[in-house]
Amino acid sequence: MAKILVVTSGKGGVGKTTTSAAIGTGLALRGHKTVIVDFDVGLRNLDLIMGCERRVVYDFVNVINNEATLTQALIKDKRLENLYVLAASQTRDKDALTKEGVGKVIDELSQNFEYVICDSPAGIETGAHLAMYFADEAIVVTNPEVSSVRDSDRMLGLLASKSRRAEQGLEPIKERLLLTRYNPERVTKGEMLGVEDVEEILAINLLGVIPESQAVLKASNQGVPVILDEQSDAGQAYGDAVDRLLGKDVPHRFLDVQKKGLMQRLFGAR
Amino acid sequence: MLATTILELSHNDLARLDRQLEEKVAQAPAFFENIPLIIAVDKLPEAEGQIDLAALMQLCGKHGLRTLALRAGREEDIAAASALELPVLPPSGAREKLIELVEARQAAAEAVAPAEPEKPKEPERKPSKVINHPVRGGQQIYAADGDLVVLGPVSAGAELLADGNIHIYGPMRGRALAGVKGDTGAQIFCQQMGAEMLSIAGIYKVAEDLRRDPQWGRSVHVSLSGDVLNITRL
Ligand SMILES: Nc1ncnc2c1ncn2[C@@H]1O[C@H](COP(=O)(O)OP(=O)(O)OP(=O)(O)O)[C@@H](O)[C@H]1O
Ligand SMILES: [Mg+2]
Repeated sequence: MAKILVVTSGKGGVGKTTTSAAIGTGLALRGHKTVIVDFDVGLRNLDLIMGCERRVVYDFVNVINNEATLTQALIKDKRLENLYVLAASQTRDKDALTKEGVGKVIDELSQNFEYVICDSPAGIETGAHLAMYFADEAIVVTNPEVSSVRDSDRMLGLLASKSRRAEQGLEPIKERLLLTRYNPERVTKGEMLGVEDVEEILAINLLGVIPESQAVLKASNQGVPVILDEQSDAGQAYGDAVDRLLGKDVPHRFLDVQKKGLMQRLFGAR
Repeated sequence: MLATTILELSHNDLARLDRQLEEKVAQAPAFFENIPLIIAVDKLPEAEGQIDLAALMQLCGKHGLRTLALRAGREEDIAAASALELPVLPPSGAREKLIELVEARQAAAEAVAPAEPEKPKEPERKPSKVINHPVRGGQQIYAADGDLVVLGPVSAGAELLADGNIHIYGPMRGRALAGVKGDTGAQIFCQQMGAEMLSIAGIYKVAEDLRRDPQWGRSVHVSLSGDVLNITRL
Protein backbone atom coordinates (compact mmCIF):
# COMPACT_ATOMS: atom_id res chain seq x y z
CA MET A 1 0.00 0.00 0.00
CA ALA A 2 1.30 3.41 -0.96
CA LYS A 3 1.73 6.39 1.30
CA ILE A 4 -0.62 9.14 0.13
CA LEU A 5 1.02 12.53 0.50
CA VAL A 6 -0.77 15.80 -0.18
CA VAL A 7 1.05 19.04 -0.95
CA THR A 8 -1.31 21.80 0.12
CA SER A 9 -1.37 25.40 1.34
CA GLY A 10 -4.70 27.19 1.15
CA LYS A 11 -3.06 30.22 -0.45
CA GLY A 12 -2.22 30.22 -4.15
CA GLY A 13 1.17 30.59 -5.81
CA VAL A 14 3.24 29.64 -2.78
CA GLY A 15 5.11 26.76 -4.46
CA LYS A 16 2.90 23.67 -4.19
CA THR A 17 3.45 22.46 -7.74
CA THR A 18 7.18 23.24 -7.58
CA THR A 19 7.29 21.22 -4.35
CA SER A 20 5.20 18.30 -5.64
CA ALA A 21 7.52 17.97 -8.64
CA ALA A 22 10.68 18.24 -6.53
CA ILE A 23 9.61 15.89 -3.73
CA GLY A 24 8.13 13.33 -6.13
CA THR A 25 11.28 13.34 -8.22
CA GLY A 26 13.45 13.17 -5.08
CA LEU A 27 11.60 10.08 -3.84
CA ALA A 28 11.98 8.39 -7.22
CA LEU A 29 15.69 9.30 -7.29
CA ARG A 30 16.06 7.50 -3.98
CA GLY A 31 14.50 4.38 -5.44
CA HIS A 32 10.84 4.71 -4.47
CA LYS A 33 8.20 4.13 -7.11
CA THR A 34 6.26 7.39 -7.14
CA VAL A 35 3.36 9.00 -8.97
CA ILE A 36 2.53 12.71 -8.86
CA VAL A 37 -1.15 13.55 -9.38
CA ASP A 38 -2.26 17.01 -10.52
CA PHE A 39 -5.53 17.97 -8.78
CA ASP A 40 -5.63 21.44 -10.28
CA VAL A 41 -8.33 20.70 -12.84
CA GLY A 42 -8.64 23.51 -15.37
CA LEU A 43 -5.25 25.02 -14.51
CA ARG A 44 -2.93 22.10 -15.05
CA ASN A 45 0.67 23.01 -14.43
CA LEU A 46 2.45 19.99 -13.10
CA ASP A 47 3.06 18.53 -16.55
CA LEU A 48 4.87 21.74 -17.58
CA ILE A 49 7.10 21.73 -14.53
CA MET A 50 7.80 18.02 -15.04
CA GLY A 51 8.49 18.64 -18.74
CA CYS A 52 5.96 16.11 -20.00
CA GLU A 53 3.26 18.45 -21.32
CA ARG A 54 3.66 17.24 -24.89
CA ARG A 55 2.96 13.66 -23.95
CA VAL A 56 -0.37 14.14 -22.20
CA VAL A 57 -3.04 12.06 -23.93
CA TYR A 58 -5.46 11.11 -21.17
CA ASP A 59 -5.85 12.79 -17.82
CA PHE A 60 -7.17 12.28 -14.30
CA VAL A 61 -10.75 13.16 -15.27
CA ASN A 62 -10.72 10.69 -18.17
CA VAL A 63 -9.81 7.95 -15.72
CA ILE A 64 -12.53 8.98 -13.26
CA ASN A 65 -15.09 8.93 -16.09
CA ASN A 66 -13.84 5.55 -17.32
CA GLU A 67 -12.83 7.09 -20.65
CA ALA A 68 -9.31 5.74 -20.19
CA THR A 69 -7.55 3.24 -17.96
CA LEU A 70 -4.99 4.32 -15.45
CA THR A 71 -2.28 2.57 -17.44
CA GLN A 72 -3.21 4.65 -20.49
CA ALA A 73 -3.24 7.91 -18.55
CA LEU A 74 -0.05 7.54 -16.50
CA ILE A 75 2.87 9.38 -18.10
CA LYS A 76 6.23 7.81 -17.47
CA ASP A 77 9.06 10.23 -16.70
CA LYS A 78 11.84 10.28 -19.29
CA ARG A 79 14.65 10.73 -16.80
CA LEU A 80 13.69 8.39 -13.98
CA GLU A 81 12.64 4.77 -14.16
CA ASN A 82 10.11 4.76 -11.32
CA LEU A 83 8.46 8.14 -11.68
CA TYR A 84 5.03 8.81 -13.19
CA VAL A 85 2.69 11.76 -13.63
CA LEU A 86 -1.10 11.81 -13.80
CA ALA A 87 -2.03 15.09 -15.47
CA ALA A 88 -5.07 17.20 -14.68
CA SER A 89 -7.60 18.02 -17.33
CA GLN A 90 -7.25 21.41 -18.96
CA THR A 91 -10.74 21.44 -20.40
CA ARG A 92 -13.01 20.28 -17.60
CA ASP A 93 -14.11 22.33 -14.65
CA LYS A 94 -13.55 21.54 -10.96
CA ASP A 95 -16.83 19.65 -10.60
CA ALA A 96 -15.38 16.84 -12.71
CA LEU A 97 -13.74 15.49 -9.54
CA THR A 98 -15.95 13.49 -7.20
CA LYS A 99 -15.08 11.82 -3.92
CA GLU A 100 -15.97 8.37 -5.26
CA GLY A 101 -14.03 8.94 -8.48
CA VAL A 102 -10.93 10.24 -6.76
CA GLY A 103 -11.12 7.50 -4.15
CA LYS A 104 -11.23 4.85 -6.84
CA VAL A 105 -8.18 6.24 -8.65
CA ILE A 106 -6.20 6.72 -5.44
CA ASP A 107 -6.98 3.15 -4.39
CA GLU A 108 -5.78 1.80 -7.69
CA LEU A 109 -2.59 3.89 -7.54
CA SER A 110 -1.97 2.65 -3.99
CA GLN A 111 -1.72 -0.91 -5.28
CA ASN A 112 1.09 -0.07 -7.67
CA PHE A 113 3.14 2.70 -6.10
CA GLU A 114 5.07 3.41 -2.93
CA TYR A 115 4.22 7.10 -2.89
CA VAL A 116 1.25 8.98 -4.32
CA ILE A 117 1.88 12.74 -4.28
CA CYS A 118 -1.25 14.87 -4.62
CA ASP A 119 -0.57 18.38 -5.91
CA SER A 120 -3.46 20.40 -4.48
CA PRO A 121 -5.01 23.43 -6.09
CA ALA A 122 -5.16 26.64 -4.06
CA GLY A 123 -8.14 27.44 -1.86
CA ILE A 124 -10.23 25.31 0.45
CA GLU A 125 -12.96 24.31 -2.01
CA THR A 126 -13.76 20.94 -3.60
CA GLY A 127 -10.47 20.44 -5.47
CA ALA A 128 -8.31 21.20 -2.46
CA HIS A 129 -10.57 19.14 -0.22
CA LEU A 130 -10.42 16.09 -2.48
CA ALA A 131 -6.65 16.41 -2.82
CA MET A 132 -6.20 16.11 0.93
CA TYR A 133 -9.17 13.87 1.79
CA PHE A 134 -7.38 10.54 1.26
CA ALA A 135 -3.97 11.64 2.55
CA ASP A 136 -1.80 9.90 5.12
CA GLU A 137 0.67 12.77 5.32
CA ALA A 138 0.51 16.42 4.41
CA ILE A 139 3.20 18.84 3.35
CA VAL A 140 1.87 22.29 4.13
CA VAL A 141 3.66 24.76 1.87
CA THR A 142 3.91 28.20 3.40
CA ASN A 143 5.65 31.46 2.44
CA PRO A 144 7.07 33.53 5.28
CA GLU A 145 4.31 36.11 5.30
CA VAL A 146 1.24 36.58 7.48
CA SER A 147 -1.50 35.82 4.95
CA SER A 148 0.15 32.61 3.80
CA VAL A 149 0.67 31.45 7.38
CA ARG A 150 -2.95 32.17 8.18
CA ASP A 151 -4.20 30.17 5.20
CA SER A 152 -1.93 27.28 6.13
CA ASP A 153 -3.34 27.36 9.63
CA ARG A 154 -6.84 27.18 8.21
CA MET A 155 -5.80 24.25 6.04
CA LEU A 156 -4.33 22.47 9.07
CA GLY A 157 -7.72 22.75 10.74
CA LEU A 158 -9.35 21.11 7.73
CA LEU A 159 -6.72 18.35 7.62
CA ALA A 160 -7.53 17.59 11.24
CA SER A 161 -11.29 17.56 10.80
CA LYS A 162 -12.36 17.04 7.18
CA SER A 163 -10.16 14.21 5.96
CA ARG A 164 -10.95 10.53 5.61
CA ARG A 165 -8.67 9.77 8.57
CA ALA A 166 -10.53 12.31 10.70
CA GLU A 167 -13.94 11.05 9.63
CA GLN A 168 -13.04 7.43 10.30
CA GLY A 169 -11.37 8.22 13.61
CA LEU A 170 -8.02 6.88 12.39
CA GLU A 171 -4.64 8.25 13.40
CA PRO A 172 -4.58 11.88 12.20
CA ILE A 173 -2.78 13.00 9.05
CA LYS A 174 0.89 13.59 9.76
CA GLU A 175 1.45 17.30 9.18
CA ARG A 176 4.72 18.87 8.12
CA LEU A 177 5.67 22.42 7.35
CA LEU A 178 7.67 23.36 4.28
CA LEU A 179 8.65 27.00 4.28
CA THR A 180 9.38 28.12 0.72
CA ARG A 181 10.63 31.27 -1.00
CA TYR A 182 12.61 32.02 2.15
CA ASN A 183 14.78 35.07 1.92
CA PRO A 184 17.06 35.43 4.99
CA GLU A 185 18.04 38.96 4.00
CA ARG A 186 14.44 40.12 4.05
CA VAL A 187 13.87 38.30 7.32
CA THR A 188 16.78 40.19 8.87
CA LYS A 189 15.29 43.45 7.64
CA GLY A 190 11.99 42.51 9.23
CA GLU A 191 10.18 42.37 5.90
CA MET A 192 9.36 38.69 6.25
CA LEU A 193 8.60 36.29 9.07
CA GLY A 194 11.48 34.16 10.31
CA VAL A 195 11.49 30.36 10.53
CA GLU A 196 10.93 30.47 14.30
CA ASP A 197 7.97 32.83 13.93
CA VAL A 198 6.20 30.56 11.47
CA GLU A 199 7.04 27.42 13.46
CA GLU A 200 5.67 29.03 16.60
CA ILE A 201 2.40 30.07 15.00
CA LEU A 202 1.70 26.81 13.19
CA ALA A 203 3.20 24.53 15.83
CA ILE A 204 3.97 21.64 13.47
CA ASN A 205 7.07 19.71 12.52
CA LEU A 206 9.40 21.53 10.09
CA LEU A 207 10.19 19.46 7.01
CA GLY A 208 12.42 22.04 5.41
CA VAL A 209 13.14 25.58 4.34
CA ILE A 210 13.50 26.27 0.62
CA PRO A 211 15.28 29.54 -0.18
CA GLU A 212 13.96 32.02 -2.71
CA SER A 213 16.02 31.09 -5.73
CA GLN A 214 16.53 31.94 -9.38
CA ALA A 215 17.08 28.24 -9.95
CA VAL A 216 13.36 27.54 -9.49
CA LEU A 217 12.25 29.76 -12.35
CA LYS A 218 15.02 28.46 -14.57
CA ALA A 219 14.09 24.87 -13.78
CA SER A 220 10.39 25.32 -14.43
CA ASN A 221 11.08 27.05 -17.74
CA GLN A 222 13.12 24.05 -18.77
CA GLY A 223 10.63 21.53 -17.47
CA VAL A 224 13.17 20.00 -15.09
CA PRO A 225 12.22 19.64 -11.41
CA VAL A 226 14.59 21.88 -9.46
CA ILE A 227 15.75 19.00 -7.26
CA LEU A 228 17.67 17.70 -10.30
CA ASP A 229 19.72 20.92 -10.30
CA GLU A 230 22.04 19.64 -7.63
CA GLN A 231 24.25 22.72 -7.72
CA SER A 232 21.43 25.03 -6.75
CA ASP A 233 20.51 26.03 -3.21
CA ALA A 234 16.80 25.28 -3.79
CA GLY A 235 17.67 21.88 -5.30
CA GLN A 236 19.80 20.96 -2.30
CA ALA A 237 17.19 22.21 0.16
CA TYR A 238 14.56 20.02 -1.53
CA GLY A 239 17.00 17.10 -1.39
CA ASP A 240 17.35 17.57 2.36
CA ALA A 241 13.57 17.74 2.72
CA VAL A 242 13.16 14.41 0.92
CA ASP A 243 15.78 12.84 3.18
CA ARG A 244 13.89 14.10 6.22
CA LEU A 245 10.66 12.75 4.77
CA LEU A 246 12.36 9.36 4.63
CA GLY A 247 13.31 9.65 8.28
CA LYS A 248 16.88 10.95 8.05
CA ASP A 249 18.06 13.55 10.51
CA VAL A 250 19.50 16.29 8.33
CA PRO A 251 20.43 19.76 9.66
CA HIS A 252 18.60 22.74 8.13
CA ARG A 253 20.58 24.88 5.70
CA PHE A 254 20.16 28.21 3.91
CA LEU A 255 18.61 29.85 6.96
CA ASP A 256 21.16 32.62 7.39
CA VAL A 257 22.22 35.55 5.27
CA GLN A 258 25.09 34.45 3.06
CA LYS A 259 28.27 36.32 3.88
CA LYS A 260 30.15 36.76 0.65
CA GLY A 261 33.63 36.02 2.03
CA LEU A 262 36.78 35.44 -0.01
CA MET A 263 36.64 31.67 0.48
CA GLN A 264 33.09 31.57 -0.72
CA ARG A 265 33.89 33.61 -3.81
CA LEU A 266 36.75 31.24 -4.57
CA PHE A 267 34.94 28.00 -3.92
CA GLY A 268 31.30 28.89 -4.63
CA ALA A 269 28.38 28.16 -2.38
CA ARG A 270 28.80 25.44 0.21
CA MET B 1 -29.94 37.38 14.49
CA LEU B 2 -33.02 35.24 14.50
CA ALA B 3 -36.08 37.19 15.65
CA THR B 4 -37.81 35.35 18.47
CA THR B 5 -40.99 36.11 20.31
CA ILE B 6 -41.26 35.77 24.06
CA LEU B 7 -44.49 34.53 25.57
CA GLU B 8 -44.44 35.69 29.18
CA LEU B 9 -47.00 33.76 31.21
CA SER B 10 -48.88 35.59 33.93
CA HIS B 11 -51.35 32.81 34.63
CA ASN B 12 -51.49 29.06 34.31
CA ASP B 13 -54.98 28.64 32.86
CA LEU B 14 -54.46 26.80 29.58
CA ALA B 15 -58.06 27.21 28.37
CA ARG B 16 -57.80 30.96 28.88
CA LEU B 17 -54.44 31.05 27.15
CA ASP B 18 -55.92 29.14 24.24
CA ARG B 19 -58.57 31.83 23.78
CA GLN B 20 -56.04 34.64 24.20
CA LEU B 21 -53.71 33.16 21.59
CA GLU B 22 -56.59 32.63 19.22
CA GLU B 23 -57.47 36.32 19.42
CA LYS B 24 -53.85 37.38 18.90
CA VAL B 25 -53.35 35.11 15.93
CA ALA B 26 -56.59 36.29 14.36
CA GLN B 27 -55.18 39.83 14.38
CA ALA B 28 -52.07 38.96 12.39
CA PRO B 29 -52.22 35.39 11.05
CA ALA B 30 -49.17 35.74 8.79
CA PHE B 31 -46.98 36.91 11.62
CA PHE B 32 -47.74 33.88 13.76
CA GLU B 33 -46.99 31.32 11.10
CA ASN B 34 -44.26 29.06 12.48
CA ILE B 35 -42.62 31.76 14.54
CA PRO B 36 -39.86 30.77 16.95
CA LEU B 37 -40.96 31.22 20.52
CA ILE B 38 -39.46 31.44 23.97
CA ILE B 39 -41.92 30.55 26.71
CA ALA B 40 -41.17 32.56 29.85
CA VAL B 41 -42.49 31.25 33.15
CA ASP B 42 -40.05 33.07 35.40
CA LYS B 43 -42.60 35.82 36.11
CA LEU B 44 -45.43 33.37 36.77
CA PRO B 45 -46.75 33.94 40.31
CA GLU B 46 -46.04 31.09 42.69
CA ALA B 47 -49.76 30.69 43.44
CA GLU B 48 -50.43 29.65 39.82
CA GLY B 49 -48.86 26.30 40.61
CA GLN B 50 -46.91 23.81 38.49
CA ILE B 51 -47.18 24.26 34.71
CA ASP B 52 -47.84 21.39 32.35
CA LEU B 53 -45.04 22.19 29.92
CA ALA B 54 -45.89 19.52 27.34
CA ALA B 55 -49.51 20.68 27.16
CA LEU B 56 -48.36 24.29 26.99
CA MET B 57 -46.04 23.57 24.05
CA GLN B 58 -48.74 21.62 22.30
CA LEU B 59 -51.12 24.51 22.73
CA CYS B 60 -48.57 26.97 21.31
CA GLY B 61 -47.90 24.62 18.41
CA LYS B 62 -51.60 24.55 17.64
CA HIS B 63 -51.40 28.31 17.06
CA GLY B 64 -48.30 28.07 14.89
CA LEU B 65 -45.79 28.97 17.61
CA ARG B 66 -42.67 26.79 17.64
CA THR B 67 -41.11 26.58 21.09
CA LEU B 68 -37.31 27.07 21.05
CA ALA B 69 -36.60 27.40 24.73
CA LEU B 70 -38.02 27.90 28.18
CA ARG B 71 -37.08 30.86 30.32
CA ALA B 72 -37.44 29.70 33.87
CA GLY B 73 -36.02 29.95 37.34
CA ARG B 74 -37.92 27.34 39.34
CA GLU B 75 -36.43 23.93 39.78
CA GLU B 76 -39.61 22.09 38.72
CA ASP B 77 -39.88 24.08 35.50
CA ILE B 78 -36.21 23.52 34.62
CA ALA B 79 -36.61 19.80 35.30
CA ALA B 80 -39.72 19.68 33.10
CA ALA B 81 -37.85 21.39 30.28
CA SER B 82 -34.86 19.04 30.58
CA ALA B 83 -37.21 16.08 30.44
CA LEU B 84 -38.49 17.37 27.10
CA GLU B 85 -34.93 18.22 25.99
CA LEU B 86 -35.95 21.85 25.72
CA PRO B 87 -33.13 24.39 26.29
CA VAL B 88 -33.50 26.53 29.42
CA LEU B 89 -32.64 30.23 29.56
CA PRO B 90 -31.95 32.02 32.83
CA PRO B 91 -34.71 34.30 34.15
CA SER B 92 -34.66 37.86 32.93
CA GLY B 93 -32.84 39.99 35.47
CA ALA B 94 -30.73 37.00 36.41
CA ARG B 95 -27.56 38.94 35.85
CA GLU B 96 -28.25 41.41 38.68
CA LYS B 97 -29.32 38.61 40.95
CA LEU B 98 -26.21 36.56 40.26
CA ILE B 99 -23.99 39.39 41.36
CA GLU B 100 -26.01 39.74 44.52
CA LEU B 101 -25.67 36.05 45.18
CA VAL B 102 -21.93 36.28 44.98
CA GLU B 103 -21.66 39.37 47.10
CA ALA B 104 -24.36 39.18 49.67
CA ARG B 105 -25.60 36.52 52.00
CA GLN B 106 -28.79 34.81 51.02
CA ALA B 107 -30.83 36.58 53.69
CA ALA B 108 -29.73 39.95 52.41
CA ALA B 109 -30.53 38.98 48.83
CA GLU B 110 -34.02 37.99 49.83
CA ALA B 111 -34.53 41.25 51.66
CA VAL B 112 -33.53 43.26 48.58
CA ALA B 113 -35.86 41.40 46.26
CA PRO B 114 -38.71 40.06 48.31
CA ALA B 115 -41.20 40.12 45.44
CA GLU B 116 -39.13 37.77 43.26
CA PRO B 117 -40.63 34.27 43.15
CA GLU B 118 -37.45 32.40 43.99
CA LYS B 119 -33.73 32.70 43.48
CA PRO B 120 -32.49 31.38 40.11
CA LYS B 121 -31.36 27.82 40.21
CA GLU B 122 -27.67 27.16 39.64
CA PRO B 123 -27.28 25.51 36.24
CA GLU B 124 -26.61 21.81 36.37
CA ARG B 125 -22.93 20.93 36.33
CA LYS B 126 -21.70 19.35 33.11
CA PRO B 127 -18.20 17.89 32.80
CA SER B 128 -15.69 20.29 31.24
CA LYS B 129 -14.98 19.97 27.55
CA VAL B 130 -11.28 19.25 27.11
CA ILE B 131 -9.61 19.78 23.72
CA ASN B 132 -6.11 18.36 23.43
CA HIS B 133 -5.19 19.42 19.93
CA PRO B 134 -4.51 22.82 18.36
CA VAL B 135 -7.59 24.86 17.49
CA ARG B 136 -6.98 26.33 14.04
CA GLY B 137 -8.33 29.34 12.22
CA GLY B 138 -11.92 28.79 11.06
CA GLN B 139 -12.68 26.29 13.80
CA GLN B 140 -15.23 26.94 16.51
CA ILE B 141 -15.59 25.03 19.74
CA TYR B 142 -18.51 25.45 22.13
CA ALA B 143 -18.79 24.00 25.61
CA ALA B 144 -22.49 24.06 26.42
CA ASP B 145 -23.43 24.30 30.11
CA GLY B 146 -19.87 24.10 31.29
CA ASP B 147 -16.20 24.95 31.07
CA LEU B 148 -13.86 24.66 28.10
CA VAL B 149 -10.24 23.62 28.52
CA VAL B 150 -7.83 23.79 25.58
CA LEU B 151 -4.45 22.08 25.87
CA GLY B 152 -2.67 23.54 22.87
CA PRO B 153 -2.42 26.65 20.74
CA VAL B 154 -5.48 28.57 19.57
CA SER B 155 -4.89 30.26 16.22
CA ALA B 156 -6.03 33.61 14.94
CA GLY B 157 -9.47 33.13 13.42
CA ALA B 158 -10.43 30.35 15.85
CA GLU B 159 -13.33 30.82 18.25
CA LEU B 160 -13.86 29.33 21.70
CA LEU B 161 -17.25 29.59 23.38
CA ALA B 162 -18.44 28.36 26.74
CA ASP B 163 -21.39 28.84 29.00
CA GLY B 164 -18.87 28.62 31.84
CA ASN B 165 -15.16 29.40 32.10
CA ILE B 166 -12.47 29.03 29.43
CA HIS B 167 -8.92 27.84 30.11
CA ILE B 168 -6.23 27.90 27.43
CA TYR B 169 -2.89 26.21 28.10
CA GLY B 170 -0.98 27.37 25.03
CA PRO B 171 -0.62 30.55 23.01
CA MET B 172 -4.05 32.17 22.61
CA ARG B 173 -4.41 34.13 19.37
CA GLY B 174 -8.10 33.63 18.62
CA ARG B 175 -11.35 34.65 20.25
CA ALA B 176 -12.64 33.47 23.59
CA LEU B 177 -16.20 34.09 24.75
CA ALA B 178 -17.00 32.86 28.23
CA GLY B 179 -20.40 33.01 29.89
CA VAL B 180 -22.14 33.25 26.53
CA LYS B 181 -25.54 32.74 28.14
CA GLY B 182 -24.99 35.68 30.41
CA ASP B 183 -23.08 34.26 33.38
CA THR B 184 -21.20 37.32 34.60
CA GLY B 185 -19.21 35.17 37.00
CA ALA B 186 -17.53 33.30 34.13
CA GLN B 187 -13.79 33.78 33.72
CA ILE B 188 -11.03 33.24 31.17
CA PHE B 189 -7.55 31.96 31.90
CA CYS B 190 -4.82 32.20 29.22
CA GLN B 191 -1.29 30.97 29.50
CA GLN B 192 -0.15 33.41 26.79
CA MET B 193 -2.65 36.09 25.85
CA GLY B 194 -2.43 37.36 22.29
CA ALA B 195 -6.16 37.20 21.66
CA GLU B 196 -8.24 38.74 18.90
CA MET B 197 -11.13 39.11 21.29
CA LEU B 198 -11.99 38.29 24.89
CA SER B 199 -15.57 38.41 26.09
CA ILE B 200 -17.45 37.57 29.27
CA ALA B 201 -21.25 37.62 29.27
CA GLY B 202 -21.18 39.83 26.20
CA ILE B 203 -18.75 42.42 27.59
CA TYR B 204 -15.72 42.30 25.33
CA LYS B 205 -12.37 43.74 24.33
CA VAL B 206 -10.90 43.39 20.83
CA ALA B 207 -7.27 43.03 19.77
CA GLU B 208 -6.85 46.76 19.29
CA ASP B 209 -7.46 47.31 23.02
CA LEU B 210 -5.85 44.09 24.14
CA ARG B 211 -2.58 44.85 22.39
CA ARG B 212 -2.22 48.02 24.43
CA ASP B 213 -2.75 46.11 27.64
CA PRO B 214 0.45 45.67 29.69
CA GLN B 215 -0.52 41.99 30.09
CA TRP B 216 -0.42 41.30 26.33
CA GLY B 217 1.57 38.14 25.70
CA ARG B 218 1.52 37.15 29.38
CA SER B 219 -0.38 34.65 31.52
CA VAL B 220 -3.63 36.33 32.41
CA HIS B 221 -6.86 35.96 34.29
CA VAL B 222 -9.89 37.73 32.84
CA SER B 223 -12.97 38.50 34.88
CA LEU B 224 -15.86 40.89 34.92
CA SER B 225 -16.63 43.49 37.54
CA GLY B 226 -19.75 45.41 36.67
CA ASP B 227 -19.37 46.10 32.98
CA VAL B 228 -15.59 46.30 33.02
CA LEU B 229 -13.46 43.47 31.74
CA ASN B 230 -10.52 43.05 34.12
CA ILE B 231 -7.28 41.55 32.87
CA THR B 232 -4.81 40.68 35.57
CA ARG B 233 -1.51 38.83 35.64
CA LEU B 234 -1.76 35.21 36.67
N1 LIG C 1 11.81 28.75 -3.93
C1 LIG C 1 11.37 29.54 -4.91
N2 LIG C 1 12.12 30.57 -5.34
C2 LIG C 1 11.70 31.38 -6.32
N3 LIG C 1 10.53 31.24 -6.95
C3 LIG C 1 9.71 30.24 -6.55
C4 LIG C 1 10.08 29.34 -5.52
N4 LIG C 1 9.09 28.45 -5.36
C5 LIG C 1 8.13 28.76 -6.24
N5 LIG C 1 8.49 29.84 -6.98
C6 LIG C 1 7.73 30.49 -8.05
O1 LIG C 1 6.44 30.84 -7.55
C7 LIG C 1 5.46 30.67 -8.55
C8 LIG C 1 4.37 29.76 -8.05
O2 LIG C 1 4.89 28.47 -7.86
P1 LIG C 1 3.98 27.18 -7.98
O3 LIG C 1 3.30 27.12 -9.28
O4 LIG C 1 4.80 26.01 -7.58
O5 LIG C 1 2.94 27.52 -6.84
P2 LIG C 1 1.55 26.80 -6.53
O6 LIG C 1 1.39 26.90 -5.07
O7 LIG C 1 1.50 25.46 -7.14
O8 LIG C 1 0.54 27.76 -7.27
P3 LIG C 1 -1.04 27.49 -7.49
O9 LIG C 1 -1.69 27.82 -6.19
O10 LIG C 1 -1.40 28.45 -8.58
O11 LIG C 1 -1.18 26.06 -7.88
C9 LIG C 1 6.16 30.12 -9.79
O12 LIG C 1 6.43 31.16 -10.65
C10 LIG C 1 7.45 29.56 -9.21
O13 LIG C 1 8.49 29.61 -10.15
MG1 LIG D 1 -0.01 24.58 -8.46
